Amino acid sequence: MNASSTAAPLAQDTPWRQFVRDFSQSRIALFGLALLVIVLLLAVFAPWLAPQNPYDLAKLDLMDSRLPPGSESMLGSTFVLGTDGMGRDMFSAILYGLRVSLMVGVISGAIALALGAGLGVSAAFFGGRYEQILMRIVDIQLGFPAILVALILIAVLGPGIEKVIIALITVQWAYYARTARSAALVERNKEYMEAARGLGLPTWRVLLKHLVPNTLPPLLVVGTVQVAHAIALEATLSFLGLGLPITEPSLGLLIANGYEYMLSGKYWISVYPGVALLLTIVAINLVGDQLRDVLNPRLAR
Amino acid sequence: MSLLEITSLRTEFSTRLGLLPAVDDVSLQVQPGEILGLVGESGSGKSVTGFSIMGLIDAPGKITQGSILFEGQELVGASEESLRQLRGDRLAMIFQDPMMTLNPVLRVDTQMIETLQAHRSMSAEQARARCREVLVQVGIASPDERLKQYPHQFSGGMRQRVAIAIALLLRPALIIADEPTTALDVTVQGQILFEMQRLTRETGTALIWITHDLAVVAGLAQRVAVMYAGRIVESGPVEQVLNAPLHPYTRGLLDSVPANNARGQRLHQIPGMTPSLVNRPKGCAFRNRCSFAGEDCAVDPPVRAFADQRLVRCVRPLLEAKP
Repeated sequence: MNASSTAAPLAQDTPWRQFVRDFSQSRIALFGLALLVIVLLLAVFAPWLAPQNPYDLAKLDLMDSRLPPGSESMLGSTFVLGTDGMGRDMFSAILYGLRVSLMVGVISGAIALALGAGLGVSAAFFGGRYEQILMRIVDIQLGFPAILVALILIAVLGPGIEKVIIALITVQWAYYARTARSAALVERNKEYMEAARGLGLPTWRVLLKHLVPNTLPPLLVVGTVQVAHAIALEATLSFLGLGLPITEPSLGLLIANGYEYMLSGKYWISVYPGVALLLTIVAINLVGDQLRDVLNPRLAR
Repeated sequence: MSLLEITSLRTEFSTRLGLLPAVDDVSLQVQPGEILGLVGESGSGKSVTGFSIMGLIDAPGKITQGSILFEGQELVGASEESLRQLRGDRLAMIFQDPMMTLNPVLRVDTQMIETLQAHRSMSAEQARARCREVLVQVGIASPDERLKQYPHQFSGGMRQRVAIAIALLLRPALIIADEPTTALDVTVQGQILFEMQRLTRETGTALIWITHDLAVVAGLAQRVAVMYAGRIVESGPVEQVLNAPLHPYTRGLLDSVPANNARGQRLHQIPGMTPSLVNRPKGCAFRNRCSFAGEDCAVDPPVRAFADQRLVRCVRPLLEAKP
């Protein structure tokens, strides 16, 4: 029995509504989705939510530095999550850091997806030497550890937010290309592709309208997981001091900043950004897991 | 002039085992408005013949010999672009599994309108009107609602009707139907056959109906061609061929239909198996399974013509009919 025939009794449902119903079957996934939405909202509205602009040096007071969570500032406001070595409110810094981390992860993920999917689907569609060469490049690319490739690229390109994004795209596109190709290979041999050709539709139309949409489900799954990877990788690069400049601190940089105070008991400077990073990645992965279950025809109940 | 004229067509597939001639020396004609039944077992080359006409033979397959004249135009060796313009427009195909031939992620109207717009410059509104018209023609009630639905919202029979409607959209001169009713249950099959017969009569479309079901051919087609191991072994008007087969293989096929059996009697079957196409024995491919075979069957049998435009590829035809 395939998914479509089991769906037959619910005849009036659009694929989208059915997808929503399938997705909501798991409470944990809904929790992950809620968490993800909260994280996204916090990041998007950070400038309005944060009690302090952590980048405005004029607002910082060195007298407030390294205060534990819940302390009051010289001016009377409360530092919910404490302050760092510069007297910066950690809560505000985390919101802004989240913003940078998510932006880098999503932008690099989206570009890598478009690039990888385009190359992978076209490889499957046209085949031949083009496919051979492309997939061998993918193999070679995936043979190197992601962090190594990213480190080398950053070392060559220099620091900067767009350089980090370029490095992350370079590391990620191969995953998308491989997934897109295997999905497209399966779809290409289905009868509706033959039928589309049999109707004399132009090649570009068969490719874009018939092949690409049917390869999207597995790409979406890989996409969510990869965005989580990208965020973690960016945090790693920043932690190593190779990623984003200090003027645009991401979560990784915040963790790195507090690292030196860890042993002196001032845990909050590193731990809270770490928790934020953890929650973000967990939320994305929970959503990704459920997406995989819902979109994978082989796991369909 | 014939609508379609195939002469000594040969389509080969190169595999690890060598060259497989899936279709070998096939010649047939289809007149405008005619229904031709193309019958054979699995692997006899009937589907490959259909795909060859459509120009949908992909590597490792290749048409290596012969010619396909369609409306006076040579299709073998024609450019991909000219074939594309023909497909869906003058030449349409209906596939076996209606569950698989519609794109699951596109609405029915999208799929129909894009076909129309690929061949004609017409507005979305004109196209939609034509879609509605064709859906009514194939017997789909409330076409406006149906157009907005996705393929999974249709039953198997309904989907095949949609597939037929798409084939009919541009009023093609020839439709190739590759076992379109095999995946459907018998009552739906009956309805579809009836509709197809009516539609070809109304639109003047010729039809090549590929099937392994002799009963379908008997009820639907005017002429029949029987394929065995890549070759047409017998062709002619349906009534004559099915009532008085000249080729032992056709006789075997007819005897294998359970309905022709007396109750309680053992079911008839043709002994042996379809020969491998890789190293097909010299001479008649059927001779190892044929109870009429003799020494002279070891040479390649010539095509012999009989009365009523019947053609038989056999050295020892079953001569109840006069040569």
